[in-house]
Order: sequence, then C-alpha cells, then structure tokens
Amino acid sequence: MKSDSRVQLNDVSYSYEEQAAPALSGVSALIQPGEFVAVLGHNGSGKSTMAKLLNALFVPTEGNVVVCGYNTREEKLVWEIRQRAGMIFQNPDNQIVATVVKEDVAFGLENLGVPTEEMIPRIESALSAVRMSAYADKAPHMLSGGQKQRVAIAGILAMEPSVIIADEATAMLDPSGRKEVLETIRTLNRQKGITVVWITHFMEEAALADRVLVVTDGQIKLSGTPAEVFDRVEEMREMHLDVPHMTALAGELREAGMPLRPGILTVEELAEEVERLCPLKSAT
Amino acid sequence: MPIEVCHLTHCYSEGSAFRTVALDDVSFRIDDGEFVGVIGHTGSGKSTLVQHLNGLLRPSSGQVLINGEDLNGEHVNRRALRQRIGLVFQYPEYQLFEETVAKDIAFGPKNQGLSADEIAERVRYAMDCVHLDYDKYAERSPFELSGGQMRRVAIAGVLAMRPSVLILDEPTAGLDPRGRDKILSMLEELHARENTTILMVSHSMDDMARLATRLIVMSEGKIVVEGTPREIFAREDMMTSIGLDVPDAARLCARLRTMGYNLPADLFRPEELKEQLLRLWKEGSAC
Repeated sequence: MKSDSRVQLNDVSYSYEEQAAPALSGVSALIQPGEFVAVLGHNGSGKSTMAKLLNALFVPTEGNVVVCGYNTREEKLVWEIRQRAGMIFQNPDNQIVATVVKEDVAFGLENLGVPTEEMIPRIESALSAVRMSAYADKAPHMLSGGQKQRVAIAGILAMEPSVIIADEATAMLDPSGRKEVLETIRTLNRQKGITVVWITHFMEEAALADRVLVVTDGQIKLSGTPAEVFDRVEEMREMHLDVPHMTALAGELREAGMPLRPGILTVEELAEEVERLCPLKSAT
Repeated sequence: MPIEVCHLTHCYSEGSAFRTVALDDVSFRIDDGEFVGVIGHTGSGKSTLVQHLNGLLRPSSGQVLINGEDLNGEHVNRRALRQRIGLVFQYPEYQLFEETVAKDIAFGPKNQGLSADEIAERVRYAMDCVHLDYDKYAERSPFELSGGQMRRVAIAGVLAMRPSVLILDEPTAGLDPRGRDKILSMLEELHARENTTILMVSHSMDDMARLATRLIVMSEGKIVVEGTPREIFAREDMMTSIGLDVPDAARLCARLRTMGYNLPADLFRPEELKEQLLRLWKEGSAC
C-alpha cells in the first residue's frame, strides 16, 4: 500500500520537440503531504508543462516525477497516479461532460468501476464539500463559471485524491468566482489534508499559499514563503510578475527611508506598521 | 459621436419560464473622448449592455442613440452606424481564423470594399496601434503567437475599421501580468493620441483606477452609481454591499482614516498614498 502523498520532481526536463529548447530544464522540488504550494510564472514560463508532468499527462524527457510513491514513467501506473492526483484546468466549459451535475461528478467513478451503492454517498459528500449539493440535479450550463469549477473539483474529490493540481483554475472567473473556488480548495487542503499545487498568475492567490515557487524560463527561480518571495519586488518585476500592491507600496516607502518590517502582504499588515511608525497623538 | 442610452430594458427568453430581466431601465450618456469603465458582478448586465451599443441585441424597450440617431430606428442606416462602433468581445482571439496576421486584420476593411492600398494602410495603422511590429508579425500565423499577442491581433482587426468608439468586454481577462500591461498601455495611448472614445467592461478595479475617467457601476441590471474613480472608490461600503472591491490603496486609506489618521478621503492610487504616508511619518518623527 502506498500512503505517501508527496510530490517529487527530481532533475526534471521536458522538451516538446526533440530539437526545441526545453520547456522545463533541471527542475527539482519536493512538495510535502498537506502542503499548499503556489506556482507562479508568466505565460510560457513552463508552469503548465510542470502541471501536466505531475499527473502523467507528460512523461519527463529527463529526470523523474514521483507522485504518491509512483513514478510517472511506469505506464501501468498512469491510472493509479491520476486517481490520486486530480487535475483542474482553466476553462470551466471544457471540463464538464454530463448534462446533469451529479452525473458529471459520477463520471470519474464510473470509469473506475465503482459500484453504484458506493458511488452515491461519494458524490453526495463531494458536492457537499464544494457547497454545490443544491445543484446536484441541475444542468451544468445554467451554472456560473465559479460554480462549474466547483463541480469540476467535486468530480475530482469523488475519486478521493491525495493531491489536487490546479492549472490556472481561476483565470477565466470573475473576482467572486475566484474567491469561492480558492476558498473551497483552501478548506479541502486544511480539513482533508489534500496536497495542493496551485498554478496561477494571480499574486493575491499565491499570497495565501504555504509556499510559492516562481518558475521562469523553465526553471524554479525563487522558492519560499509568500512574504519571502514577494519582498523581492525587483526580481519579480524582472520576471514580468506582479507583487501584491501593498508589498510594492511598502517597498517604495522603505526606499524613501521608512523603516517598515519586511514581508508585508496585506492592507491590514501595512496599516499596523503605519500605526507602529507614526503613532497617533492622542487628542485627549 | 456621443452615445445615449435611454431607459433601456432587455429581457432574455421573453414569454417563457426562463424570462430574466438583464437590463432594467438603464440610462446614461457617453461623450466624445471619454474613457468610461463599466464595472459589476457577473450577471449584472454588463455584457448585455455592451451588445446593445452596436445593435447586436434589440431592446425590449428603450433606445440607444448614436450621434442622436436611434440605432434601432426604422429608417436608420444601421450598418453605417455599427461600423463606427468597434466592439471587442470577451476572448476575441477565439475569433481569429486567417492564415496570417495581416490577412486577419484586413478582413473588416476588405468587406467594406476599400482599395488594396487603403487596406494595406489600415493594417499597418492597426498593428502600430496595438504595438505589433509590422515587419516581424504581418506574415506570421496568428496561431503561433502568445495569448496576449493573439488578443492584440483581434483588437487590431477592430481598429482597422477606424471606429470612433471602441468598446471592450473584459479585454485583460485570462492574461498574465505582462500581457495585461501591454493591452492597458495600448488603450491608454489610443485614448490619448487618437482621442478615441473608449468604453471598457472589466472586473479589475486596478485596471479601472489606472485608465477610466468615469465609472458606471452596475448591479442586477441597474446602474447603481456613476462617477469618477475618485468618487466611487471612496465609497468602499457601497461597493462591498454589491459584492465589488475597491483598489487596495483605497482600502488602506479608508482603514487608516477609521483609525484616526488625517488623510484625504478619496485616495486610490498607490503613488498618492505613498506621499501621504511619508508625510505622516515625517510629521510623527519630527515631534
């Protein structure tokens, strides 16, 4: 029995064509069970290639990817891996296959040959985990983008995965849809201990992760807590990535001489620092 | 070419059980050279509104007046009016189809029956507007380009029609920061240089803070409020109540004011806030 839910990349390279420059080159990373890791990078940085390597859609040109103890090179294990490492994609409309929400969630289970008696409770609990139980009998095309993505997540949850990989799962959603999807995943991560690899170019989302990996030119250029990574404002900008507005503002204030603490990500944190450095003269 | 929307109402699936009122008695006016931002939740009616502005939808009731003429009037030359209003849909790159960038951009002008010289000139002009180098990209297939570049080709196709008004529905959705910046600076320049009237629908308060001269805030098919970004972003409570955010700088300003700091109420740009915070700090350390 393999109960190890780590995700490991050992010196992984991947090229789309033999002669072409590799999309990923020499990437190594270890993602611990239960970790929430955000992968940031601009388009073409190699981050989506990385996602596809993690659930054996691609096999590395060099190096090894080991998911939950299974090496993605072993063809016989592909289904084992995909069952344990579910993937959510960018476009909500491309991921829904059935005409009724609960049937869509059942799709993966049917393919696995799960008996009907077992399927029903699994579907119910998956839909309830993403707060979509009320929509079980509805048609997916009547749902909002955020709701569709939550149904897609439920489809993965029903398979009881150890790892969820999301490749820009919020890129096509509006701000409230983004929030609801991210909160859903964050809760599953905390309550069920599911390991999450969250690929995004929204820095506000990366700011909520346990750890951030920054990918550029096919390599991991920075790795650390959100506070550590975003404080490197200049480096991030050189890689065409944003940093949270408050981190950028704090950086400029620091440059102008204000001795703010490092690692400011939010409005609340900056307000606290202003309070510390510019104490209000009590009016009374 | 001002646009006037008078008591516009639009219902989808009229007469069926699915009848929904997408626009409910909406009125506003856009003058020449304005850069108007339309913000609102998904389902607030923004995209429906945009489709009315160049006659893709017909009002259930109410009017859309372009330059004083009713776009849906009986004797009006709809085609001529529509040509002057360029509409860029969401994810417009899905509509690219030609073999080369130049051919794709030429599609509209060609249909207008312009001469070959005029078409070539339009293609160069449009590519210049969207910051795509003619020599480098004209003969490339649009499908080899990055997502952000493809979107700029699609926008160029609309600009090649030389519209007086440009309407864009979520022009930065799904792009990475670099792609987004390119689109925004291109729009900024187009507005400044050509004085094109622009109406942009967006979820991004930061995009709006940077570009719009006026904002129209929509919720549930109605206009909730109109005003300058400065006026709107100072009303965090109102915005939150309809499920919208204000830029982080405006939130920080509001928070510090509640804490008792002496700051103007209507700051929403980081640069403005930086100055004020440095002032507070210097005043604090002076005593």
